[in-house]
Amino acid sequence: MDAARYLVDYLIFPGFLFTAVVGLLTTWVDRKVTARIHWRVGPPWYQPFADTVKLLGKEVIVPAGARKTGFLLMPIVGLAAATLASTILWKANLDPGNSFIGDSIVVLYIMTIPAIAMILGASASGNPLAILGGAREMKLLFAYELPLVIAMLTTVYKAESFSFENILRMQADSGQFLGSFSGTLAFIVAIFCAQAKCSLLPFDIAEAETELAGGAHIEYSGAPYAVVRLNMAIMLFIVPVFIVTMFWGGFTFVGWKILTSILKYVAVIVIMVLIKNTNPRVRIDQAVRFFWGPMLVLSIIALILAVLGY
Amino acid sequence: MSLTLKALKKSPWVFHVNTGACNNCDIEILDALTPRFDLERFGIVLVGSIRHADVLLISGPVTRNILPRLKRLYDQAPKPIKVIVVGACGCTCGIFKDGYNIIGPVDKHIPVDAYVPGCPPKPETLIAGVVKVLSTL
Repeated sequence: MDAARYLVDYLIFPGFLFTAVVGLLTTWVDRKVTARIHWRVGPPWYQPFADTVKLLGKEVIVPAGARKTGFLLMPIVGLAAATLASTILWKANLDPGNSFIGDSIVVLYIMTIPAIAMILGASASGNPLAILGGAREMKLLFAYELPLVIAMLTTVYKAESFSFENILRMQADSGQFLGSFSGTLAFIVAIFCAQAKCSLLPFDIAEAETELAGGAHIEYSGAPYAVVRLNMAIMLFIVPVFIVTMFWGGFTFVGWKILTSILKYVAVIVIMVLIKNTNPRVRIDQAVRFFWGPMLVLSIIALILAVLGY
Repeated sequence: MSLTLKALKKSPWVFHVNTGACNNCDIEILDALTPRFDLERFGIVLVGSIRHADVLLISGPVTRNILPRLKRLYDQAPKPIKVIVVGACGCTCGIFKDGYNIIGPVDKHIPVDAYVPGCPPKPETLIAGVVKVLSTL
């Protein structure tokens, strides 16, 4: 009975189906806001769904020099991991009783798996540009994980717990974490790390369309590419959800708080899209210097402020 | 009409190849993708890799050097793929037809679905060409 319930959780409601639909709608928000910034009309709301269905109907090509298993398996591994992270996050947000000890660490770990799967898939494709993209993604992963973890630790220090239950309860009792000095600094760091995690513009170095022609995804076509894109859509969905949960009081679906919950989520997305549309792509060394320099210092200051009680 | 075909009409992704054109048609192709015409309304996006493409935009008469690459690109593209030739040179070799390094218009080497003539064609003509190809699906 329990197994069936977990399966439904994973595949339908907070899991795959829900996450995929909302994730694709999120990519539409991204494209629409980008279009409005360019003074364009932008695509209709069903555009990401049309893209996905179209890709499912296209021919699947495995390049001659590729390792077939790794090449085709890795997008699915990434998708499974992203879905699992989303399930844990939403279960904790919908009912804090579903939280378990240390689940924020688990989610943080699982959210790196799509990036690792992308690196492995790129290496398996046998394309030099894809391998270059994978190498850049790996360096970027090392760069942004450190400030993100330290920014997360500020919340954990305040809540004195690693579980979402206590983090959400602390924010419900004593105000949202974003309201304090340390919380604001940690939030800024987390937004920039999210930018790199979702491979949005200043840090989309791994798939740089103008120099690497799609980078790590260059050889994917048809259904595997649909899975890769779904993967990115889900990451664009769950990373802001993670940030809102950690720093902005999480989501509540009771009464008028439904509206504020959705607005909080859309606000984080729009901040990320605005950063994406107003910044040029940086080089990989600049990105690493940015994360290990200013962002690391900022996150450590946030942690010290949190320890001092600000 | 199947669902995937319907979806294909809603999101044709374009890959752009220059097979020896003078660059004028390429500039017009880029003009058609600017915010003024806003082709993303119809789901048309320029992609960087041939593996993601649904429409191959080819500009220019085919030169001797580019021919093997053109054939290889066509083979690498995931089917179904639509080929649109842009400009007078791609359709008929244009003013380059007596050139020592020109071997025939594009349709001599790979199957072509639509011709957009003009030297260079205006972005409106280009959009009309794409619409005609999609209406034959």
